Amino acid sequence: MLVAVLTYVGYGVLTLFGYLRDFLRHLRIEKCHRATEREEQKDFVSLYQDFENFYTRNLYMRIRDNWNRPICSVPGARVDIMERQSHDYNWSFKYTGNIIKGVINMGSYNYLGFARNTGACQEAAARVLEQYGVGVCSTRQEIGNLDKHEELEKLVASFLGVEAAMTYGMGFATNSMNIPALVGKGCLILSDELNHASLVLGARLSGATIRIFKHNNMQSLEKLLKDAIVYGQPRTRRPWKKILILVEGIYSMEGSIVRLPEVIALKKKYKAYLYLDEAHSIGALGPTGRGVVDYFGLDPEDVDVMMGTFTKSFGASGGYIGGKKELIDYLRTHSHSAVYATSLSPPVVEQIVTSMKCIMGQDGTTLGKECIQQLAENTRYFRRRLKEMGFIIYGNEDSPVVPLMLYMPAKIGAFGREMLKRNIGVVVVGFPATPIIESRARFCLSAAHTREILDTALKEIDEVGDLLQLKYSRHRLVPLLDRPFDETTYEETED
Amino acid sequence: MKTEEAIIYSYGFATIASAIPAYSKRGDIVFADRAACFAIQKGLQASRSDIKLFKHNDMADLERLLKEQEIEDQKNPRKARVTRRFIVAEGLYVNTGAICPLPELVKLKYKYKARIFLEESLSFGVLGEHGRGVTEHFGINIDDIDLISANMENSLASIGGFCCGRSFVIDHQRLSGQGYCFSASLPPLLAAAAIEALNIMEENPGLFAVLKEKCKRIHKALQGISGLKVVGESFSPALHLQLEESTGSREKDIKLLQEIVNQCMSRSIALTQARYLEKEEKCLPPPSIRVVVTVEQTEEELERAAATIKEVAQAVLL
Repeated sequence: MLVAVLTYVGYGVLTLFGYLRDFLRHLRIEKCHRATEREEQKDFVSLYQDFENFYTRNLYMRIRDNWNRPICSVPGARVDIMERQSHDYNWSFKYTGNIIKGVINMGSYNYLGFARNTGACQEAAARVLEQYGVGVCSTRQEIGNLDKHEELEKLVASFLGVEAAMTYGMGFATNSMNIPALVGKGCLILSDELNHASLVLGARLSGATIRIFKHNNMQSLEKLLKDAIVYGQPRTRRPWKKILILVEGIYSMEGSIVRLPEVIALKKKYKAYLYLDEAHSIGALGPTGRGVVDYFGLDPEDVDVMMGTFTKSFGASGGYIGGKKELIDYLRTHSHSAVYATSLSPPVVEQIVTSMKCIMGQDGTTLGKECIQQLAENTRYFRRRLKEMGFIIYGNEDSPVVPLMLYMPAKIGAFGREMLKRNIGVVVVGFPATPIIESRARFCLSAAHTREILDTALKEIDEVGDLLQLKYSRHRLVPLLDRPFDETTYEETED
Repeated sequence: MKTEEAIIYSYGFATIASAIPAYSKRGDIVFADRAACFAIQKGLQASRSDIKLFKHNDMADLERLLKEQEIEDQKNPRKARVTRRFIVAEGLYVNTGAICPLPELVKLKYKYKARIFLEESLSFGVLGEHGRGVTEHFGINIDDIDLISANMENSLASIGGFCCGRSFVIDHQRLSGQGYCFSASLPPLLAAAAIEALNIMEENPGLFAVLKEKCKRIHKALQGISGLKVVGESFSPALHLQLEESTGSREKDIKLLQEIVNQCMSRSIALTQARYLEKEEKCLPPPSIRVVVTVEQTEEELERAAATIKEVAQAVLL
């Protein structure tokens, strides 16, 4: 309670200062560092409204050095960051020429440690680069369909346990271009509160009606489903053509895992379709790394559309959709991406093929299995230690995404900078990616992290936590969101 | 490109489709060309602004629409002071191969106070003395254009796209461009390939003159085919071959063109039909075969290609 009040007070003070500064800038007392409109275009309607940029100018600019940090090495367990300095309070940056080496990387989505520049994946990619080149310069339906793409799609389908799969060049584009191809006007989309921007954009572009249910809350979802079936479309009362439920495997800002068994039970009861976005969970969850379906031990045939990206666990880029053969054939002809957007680049395809074979164990080593086990151990160890220290951690026990709550705006900047001083790179997130009083630092664990690296990191986090007074769990804040599996563990830390 | 700042996206389609909604919101007005490519259409749809389409490359039509808008504005000056106006055009249109009349667009811009967004996917690396695109081709000051967006998948043979312009305009996208904030960045391999390609472009400005020559040659060589007409400028590297008289139904047209493509393929000339999603496009272009020229093709190859297409077309259409 006290924390919430202090957070609001913090934002209030910043807003006041913001207004004061704007006033001074208007009176030309304070120098305006921002780029301004051209002289010739001064009488055009202004491109940005003043208030939109209020947040950017006054709050974001103060702590801007925590974001967009340029790195100059492979984003593995350790990374090299280029040092930047700002002499005018973050309005502009200069590179000092130093490189901070060996920063422990707790921010990259490198769940299985495939972000390397040595090893089988890299050699295979180099070979394909020499053979096929980099660019494809055409769309899938025209001259961009390489034999490598066909090979990859068969492999993805066998990995997921579905009939067929189709790959696309960008994960964001996969969602925003295929949801409009699957649903249209007259359909209903039920989407989780905290869905990713790509799902929201795809749902908006499709023209269907969108209804939102509370995060991971099955009662809310059931109520919406019941209403939809009973009342039908809003004005005409006709039944909906299709009902599509959009959920994600692991939510990247919360670290929570979707309650898949219950969602599938609801889906079967009310005959709706399920679209599962496994961007973070593929490769990271489950005893064989096949994602959230594997984690719960369910049948992949139950999920109608399985979507995922190759950016996180496979160390490449791009997205895929897997499902029944009719669905994929339909998408091959009707997806916006297949007709207008270029296909995956050949070396990237080779990287995915090699890493997927490694995870499945098809390349003859047990490297894949070891990585998956290492990741699971790391996750459990890290979360347990952080909870013991007294931080507030969101999310499921088994999810490798660990958000640590910071709450106050000043602590966002302070946490980021202190950690960098101690050679640990973290990602801090604030408004607008999270609700305004719930800013957090997000740790992404990886199979490449060894026990020593984690211990070093934990020691530093402990110190910084004491320094900044981040160990909130005594305050027993009632969780605002329904967290599925860890109500019991809160009792443990309450001493 | 000699601009202040540029921002890189990891996918060409997402570049323009994220750039337009970052600036133009509900209540703003966008004037777009009818033959704009699909990525632009999606960007416009995501922005929820009022869209007014003007006839392809018809400046008189655009002026008419702008005048109508001005009259509307005078009725309601308070609203007019906050509605932003944008004109979206392509340098070289992918769907028709025509070039946009940029000097007139710039004149209209200053007369009616609208901002210009230019999409240079096809013209970047093709037009102009140094390949800087349609602004260099016409000799216009690049600061006159508010935003130039292009994808690196055509001339630079990499993956991804970029937007360039003044810092005032581009910096906004770092926090509000959806494809930039919410998506993974470009793999270093592809970025390095693009950097190398740009270095090559800077070192050999002679490339562009050679490309222009070849485009003109192909254009002339394909002129005389009976039954097919060539659509596109003579210096555009991608031209369309459309049927002179359509058979009436789109499917039959597509079948005929596919016959031509298949026969050419069997004589080792790779062509493709321009593909569109028929239900989703706002203004569907007629079916056509897209012919694309590269700098690497030699003169004999070009001649042979043109001759083969002629033969096949005569065989199939007569």
